[in-house]
Amino acid sequence: MSRYFGWLLVAFLASVPLWMHDFYFLHVLITTGIFIIAAMSLNLLLGYTGQLSLGHVAFFGIGAYTSALVSLGFQIHVLPDFTIGLAPKPAWFAMLAAVAVAGLTGYAIGKLSFRVRGAYFVIVSISFAEVVRLVAVNWVELTQGPMALNNIPVLRLGAGPLELSFLRKPEFYLLVLAVAVVCYVVIARLVNSRAGRAMIALRENESLATSVGIDVTHYLVLATVVSAAIAGVAGALYAHYIRIVDPDIFLFIYTVTMVIMVITGGKGTLAGPIVGGALFGFVPEILRAMEIEPELQWVVYGVLMILVVYFLPRGIVPAIGGYFSGQKSGGTAEAATTAAEPVQK
Amino acid sequence: MDELFQHFLNAIILGGTYALLGIGLTLIFGIMRVVNFTHGELYAFGAYCMYALVMIFHVNFFLALALAMAMGILMGAALEMLLLNRLRGADIDTTMLVMIGAWIVMQNMEQFIWSGVALSINSPFPANPLVLGPLSVSWNRVYVFIIALALIGATYYLVNRTRLGKAMRATFQDRDTAALMGIRIDRIHTATFALGSGLAAAAGALLGPVFVVTPTMGDLAASKAFAIVILGGLGNITGATLGGFILAFVEELGAGYISSGYRDAMGFLLIILILLMRPTGLFAQKERIG
Amino acid sequence: MSASAETILSIEHVAVHFGGLVAVSDMTFDVKRGEVVGLIGPNGAGKTTAFNVITGFQRQTSGEVLYRSHRLTGMKPHEIARLGLVRTFQRTSVFKERSVFENVLTGLHCSGRSNLWDTLLRSRREKSSEHELADAANEILRFIGLERRAGEAAGILPYGEQRLIGVALALAVKPTMLLLDEPVSGMNQAETARFVKLLEKISASGVTILLVEHDMPMVMQVCNRIVVLNYGRIIAEGAPAEIQSNPEVIRAYLGQGKKRA
Repeated sequence: MSRYFGWLLVAFLASVPLWMHDFYFLHVLITTGIFIIAAMSLNLLLGYTGQLSLGHVAFFGIGAYTSALVSLGFQIHVLPDFTIGLAPKPAWFAMLAAVAVAGLTGYAIGKLSFRVRGAYFVIVSISFAEVVRLVAVNWVELTQGPMALNNIPVLRLGAGPLELSFLRKPEFYLLVLAVAVVCYVVIARLVNSRAGRAMIALRENESLATSVGIDVTHYLVLATVVSAAIAGVAGALYAHYIRIVDPDIFLFIYTVTMVIMVITGGKGTLAGPIVGGALFGFVPEILRAMEIEPELQWVVYGVLMILVVYFLPRGIVPAIGGYFSGQKSGGTAEAATTAAEPVQK
Repeated sequence: MDELFQHFLNAIILGGTYALLGIGLTLIFGIMRVVNFTHGELYAFGAYCMYALVMIFHVNFFLALALAMAMGILMGAALEMLLLNRLRGADIDTTMLVMIGAWIVMQNMEQFIWSGVALSINSPFPANPLVLGPLSVSWNRVYVFIIALALIGATYYLVNRTRLGKAMRATFQDRDTAALMGIRIDRIHTATFALGSGLAAAAGALLGPVFVVTPTMGDLAASKAFAIVILGGLGNITGATLGGFILAFVEELGAGYISSGYRDAMGFLLIILILLMRPTGLFAQKERIG
Repeated sequence: MSASAETILSIEHVAVHFGGLVAVSDMTFDVKRGEVVGLIGPNGAGKTTAFNVITGFQRQTSGEVLYRSHRLTGMKPHEIARLGLVRTFQRTSVFKERSVFENVLTGLHCSGRSNLWDTLLRSRREKSSEHELADAANEILRFIGLERRAGEAAGILPYGEQRLIGVALALAVKPTMLLLDEPVSGMNQAETARFVKLLEKISASGVTILLVEHDMPMVMQVCNRIVVLNYGRIIAEGAPAEIQSNPEVIRAYLGQGKKRA
């Protein structure tokens, strides 16, 4: 995709609030945009680095909760008469804190989880997310549990007459767009660099990557940290948009949604999560317009996912790309190449 | 002290069904290496079948169990033949994604058909629990325990003493040789998946009348099943059996003495702890497959 | 090679046991700087295990491996590679989905100079480092003779050329010693001859080579010295001519049925 196309697209998207006055449509764009950011972050870990992490929603939720808690302030009893507390901070600070905390969590989880591989890693990742969810449900003193954190402050930048408040949808939409562009650029630069080559190498063939001096664990953790931080940003945006955060944000089904977006769009491509995200942002709306029950909507997603895996195993974007360059695309899913020999330690 | 014994008793009773779940999954995940996200749905499927059979068609309670399990076996076979068959050579990601897709479809179909309302199944047992001194346990649970043990025993017998079981073990140890020896690999894969699914359905059919039947009941069951499989070592039926009981104990004691809210977290925490300390599971040294 | 050449790789009484199985019982030998040494032996003798242990992919049960006086025990494979001891693989030797050029670029990983911030900010250091790496990649491709294939996906190339790319990958790490695992297996006469030329070129540039191979004519032609492994221990060592007529060696091979000799 030529660079100009990308910037043209951004310019077009930025113009939307000027001519789109349907606030519901803007709402859909905003939530889709937030999910696309989350999907892009998952793509870095799943698509580029090849790690089937199914706990990704944990980072999203941690970002949301951190941002909410820092901007609301909190107080918890560490010991019966000893509390730790934080006074409410401005929302922009809370969002930065969210990125940092999510990234740190990514670091910790990365360092621990990558001791196990393959199917075990998948299960560990799901388990982490579930434990985080149960903590959010049960640690009521901090998170309010199922009663949710309410009235999360609006993001405001600047002061006095120059203050920008992101309360209304058009402003928030532009904010999401800006953040999405920044995240895209970060990921693009990363994957096209030496570090990105290392990540792709370890996805393709870990033993071979090791043999040329690539520290596999280092790059796995790096991918996880960046991925978690970006998911945290998405979560923080969510918190200051919907302005209510409850433990349901950690449900496995949201990880699945992100996975579907990445896989159908095309894992390991930059445009993939955007296409996938757009698809699964708008399909629900179309189905809702057709008055199809929510459960059946999910049945449609499930079937779609299976079909894509069978017929377009690399996703939509590579299929289209392949079509245009005249190559035959699709076909059987490529088996992940791992060196048949050396026994992995 | 009595409380402790009560917890122990509850754990033993619960452990039986957990073991069933775990054995079913260890056959599929452990031997076939399929990260079977539909395992929980087969559990729920068994429960819903039981509900339909007992409450709508008024089938005899005990016969309904057998029928529910049979339907679970058929469903498992169908899933394998429809979805997994083509994916035989594909990598683990692809299979997993297809299984996730199937899980979504199944759970939402269930939700659509039955709606989210929790359903109860009537059982023919007396309402008053069986009282053994200071301990009490409902008749239903005793029945569940006995049947679970019977099924576990039957599975052992099937895997270790029948030709089918031998063929299964051969196929998953060395597929090419097994094929050369005339074993129909396709059929073995289907049979194994069907058996694992049947056990999950049986667990659901057994526990359905004890608890309530909801569309999401499978999720928790699945996560516990995975914990059990990891505890016991992939493909290790003995390990899965023991793992089922261990998990039940950890849950019961944890819920009783630490916090009941985190009860369901026990399984996950166990998974995390074990995998981080011993990536091959607690019992992996024992011989695989029975 | 001169008698006073220093020892670069030293394997001392290495044993590898898995459960009840003894893959390597007691392996001891040296490689001197600049040599081209062949490690041969019947199938199952323990050659690949030896390679895995030397390069850190597997842990030995006992014994020691020293590379330029570094003790390699416990080091991770990528650390050993960075010391200059680089291996190739017998089967998948390339990143199949990536182009030949990208493959070599990946191999040049350790030569990169930029860090994460350089990357994210696209600093001048990042850009110049990437230029350097691209130049280095092209040079390596010229060295092995595959510059015309630079843009093609590595996986679709003929098998012999894939092995060449595998060597290019190893060369990109700037090794002082190369361990080649059955480099010409599956190659035809022409490909093997081309490979031998490349090996001589590499050796002439100062890189020490240890290779495992079954192709006897190739081994006899290319190696200064041969080490024979059987049942996990060295049974003979010496110049090619000596090894060919060594009765122990002949017995070891004949004992396993006819081998290409």
